[in-house]
Amino acid sequence: MLKYLSRRLLFAIPTLIAISFVLFALLDLAPSDPTGSLPITIPPEVRQEIRESLGLDEPFLIRYVKWMNQFFINEPLNLIDKILDPNDTTPSSRLRVLSWQQRSPVVDLIVERIPQTLWVVGFSYLVGILIALPIGVISAYKQYSWFDQIGTFISMVGFSVPTFFTGILAITIFSVALSWLPSVYDTTHEVTDFSSLWFQIKQMAMPVLVLAFYNAAQLSRFMRASVLENLNLDYVRTARAKGLKDRAILIGHILRNSMIPVVTMIALGVPTIFGGAIVTEQIFRVNGLGALLIDGIQAADIPLVQTLTFVFAVLIVLFNLVADVLYGILDPRIRYS
Amino acid sequence: MKNFLGCVFLAVIGLVLAACSQSPAISETDAQTHGNGATDTETVEDLDTHLNILYWQEPSTLNPFLSGGTKDIEAASMILEPLANYDENAKMVPTLAVEIPSQENGGINDDYTSITWKLRPDVVWSDGTPFTADDVVFTWQYCTHEEFGCSVSNYFTDVESVTAVDPHTVRIVFTRTTPHPYGPFVGSLVPIIQKEQFKDCLGLRAQECTEQNFGPIGTGPFKVKEFRANDVVHYVANESYREEGKPFFRTATIKAGGDATSAARAVLETGEFDYAWNLQVEPEILDNMTKAGKGRILFGFGSLVERIIVNLTNADSSLGPDRRSQYLDGTNPHPFLSELAVRKALSLAIDRSVLVETGYGDGGRPTCNVVVLPEEYYSDANEECKTQDIEGAKKLLDDAGWVPGRDGIREKDGIRLSILYQTSTNSVRQGNQAFIKQMWDQIGVETELRNIDGSVFFGGDAASPDTYYKFFADVQMYTSNFDGEDPTQYLRGWRCSEMPNPDKSWVGSNIPRACSEEYDNLVEKLSMVADREERIEIVKTLNDMVVQNYWEIPLVHRARVSAATNSLMGVELNGWDSELWNVENWHR
Repeated sequence: MLKYLSRRLLFAIPTLIAISFVLFALLDLAPSDPTGSLPITIPPEVRQEIRESLGLDEPFLIRYVKWMNQFFINEPLNLIDKILDPNDTTPSSRLRVLSWQQRSPVVDLIVERIPQTLWVVGFSYLVGILIALPIGVISAYKQYSWFDQIGTFISMVGFSVPTFFTGILAITIFSVALSWLPSVYDTTHEVTDFSSLWFQIKQMAMPVLVLAFYNAAQLSRFMRASVLENLNLDYVRTARAKGLKDRAILIGHILRNSMIPVVTMIALGVPTIFGGAIVTEQIFRVNGLGALLIDGIQAADIPLVQTLTFVFAVLIVLFNLVADVLYGILDPRIRYS
Repeated sequence: MKNFLGCVFLAVIGLVLAACSQSPAISETDAQTHGNGATDTETVEDLDTHLNILYWQEPSTLNPFLSGGTKDIEAASMILEPLANYDENAKMVPTLAVEIPSQENGGINDDYTSITWKLRPDVVWSDGTPFTADDVVFTWQYCTHEEFGCSVSNYFTDVESVTAVDPHTVRIVFTRTTPHPYGPFVGSLVPIIQKEQFKDCLGLRAQECTEQNFGPIGTGPFKVKEFRANDVVHYVANESYREEGKPFFRTATIKAGGDATSAARAVLETGEFDYAWNLQVEPEILDNMTKAGKGRILFGFGSLVERIIVNLTNADSSLGPDRRSQYLDGTNPHPFLSELAVRKALSLAIDRSVLVETGYGDGGRPTCNVVVLPEEYYSDANEECKTQDIEGAKKLLDDAGWVPGRDGIREKDGIRLSILYQTSTNSVRQGNQAFIKQMWDQIGVETELRNIDGSVFFGGDAASPDTYYKFFADVQMYTSNFDGEDPTQYLRGWRCSEMPNPDKSWVGSNIPRACSEEYDNLVEKLSMVADREERIEIVKTLNDMVVQNYWEIPLVHRARVSAATNSLMGVELNGWDSELWNVENWHR
């Protein structure tokens, strides 16, 4: 197992380097300009100076190598420094990856954005799973019953109606008409007592439910299909022949087997939590990682977009591995060597 | 078996929970690293003394010299102040200065080569130290450092030196006669920063001074409490602000994100915010929202003019990159737009009131000039364009030999009047584009519409074919304006030498590629003449040359549009300076 893991991790390195190169090349080819949103009265010569101060006049390869150096060497070294001596606030001499919009270290920006993304997007993923699994199992067990029909209908709606519609619909109902919930998420709110917790729940309610609805729709269909597939297999018939009760068969035998592909899918979906929910974050102004990415793209902030997308790539590669390992744990027939 | 299943569930839930449970720990360290005096417990602000502002474009920094857009400059304008601001009528009002220098009060020398500002002696920075002339001199050095890339360095191009005569007097000397010497340190684009705070941030170091850039010490009504880039700025009132009892609000927040429509909703429909900035949304949508009765729409007219720019050079895609949209000493004229009659016909066919009604409402007025305000510069010579004249346009084209072909599109010598019309992606602009296409259809001109994302269109990437500088189209539409009340720099943009071409990496402000010796001479004269009456006459003549030659076709004089909640008083929406220029006077 250990050998398998280390081999997979080693293979990941060239993959990630290739990904980082492709990302950088794509961003370099994109035609946007970091001075594009300056007021139109700022003359072109000044814009040119700004681009030069950002290092945009250097050749592509030099910029790429600089980024690699900053990201793979300077950033980890800085992190080690910070862990060893957390009280040292003097700026280090090593150049970190600096964003072009904020002129501040990209990694700090990402760390600042992680809490709200995990709270909202992560929580909605969890809620989505908790809704989806029971619905999926019951729908399959009672196939074509009224419960299944309604479940199918709701998942179809959830799957096909985009979050920018459900989000605005929710705001129109709960914020505009009823004035129950805030439509703008306060990222600096801190939970200290009961009333602030209640506020946190209120401000999270709409984005979490909108996203959970979307996630659950997908996952419940998958769960249903997986259970259905198992229902007619031989081992189920054997269990019935032994005289086991339906409930015991369902929970004890079928569920475990049908969870195998679903758990893989859940694990593979975890990186998307970190990717944030670009549309939902925009609508409710959650300003998490998804909003950071879209701002970066619009402002042609290449270091930010490059770093952020690369971090996503690392997470995807990592969770692919996690999914494979989980597979082995869940299904004793699969052994890695 | 059941135990095992439980394990699986727990594992899945644990995975997600583990991710979630990290967040409080991170936010704590966050608050510490960011400092800026952020308190651990956020008390719920008292509604009466807290001001909630919404900017849908996100402030990325509070250092206006590193700014990437108006949003940063305005967020910083609550903290940093210039020597003088422009009020809502484009009149200069002293901010950190005692008075506006003029020749009468001896502030400007006889040949207009230097200006002397007297600073208010009673001003202190929010950290308690006195504000002096050294800070002004330092700001000049900071912005003009050659390795820096200051976003407003054009304000200092003609500045030879800035010197502190005494602690409360600053003299700016220019390299040439400058009849309007109020560029440097006037308006929120060029405020004063504290020397003590920024002294180690010169040149390339500026980028690494995150703490300073995110928390500048200022003289303005507010100071930063917490800044999260592209998300939120928390301000508290500056106790050492020079005006007793101001600002009226004790705390303020600028929240960012989302889009203009939802920003309008948060003020006008849900009432969660007091003020929302820059709402370029169709007037119909805004009108519907105001019916909720919670807020009002504000308009601030400045020098913004939405216009169509006509390409006078040949932009045919079959031309190579060495010829397309280039002037080449006049050897590469546009096949039909180089004809005055065609350009004039295009302008006559447009019904500007329709564009205003559908796209701008009370936030726009039809216009035929490129210089619309301040009022004394307004030329009355071009009013006839305000009424649509389809027949007149047809006649012009008929007389010029452009006759309708079999499909109704006019042609002459095998050339069809077929136009590629581009603009930036924006629902109001695209709506207007569609109307203009219909109007041009009526006079037998065929139009192909195109829209390009703003970050590409207004960007200067020399490799991109889609920037407004390159102008690989026949006509394009956008808004342009000038800073402050003096249009000299703006009018200098139409000189022959300002044309974008590959030798200049395609940058330049003469977008129509117009070239007139008469214009160049007159605009040079404007830079030398000091007499106010004479300047006004020259500005009017230059404006008339631009619009009567139809280098540009002005359409709409646009206002800034913002929304305020009903209880918010004291807001004077300003089309010439930061919208937050008088935030110290805002109250309930």
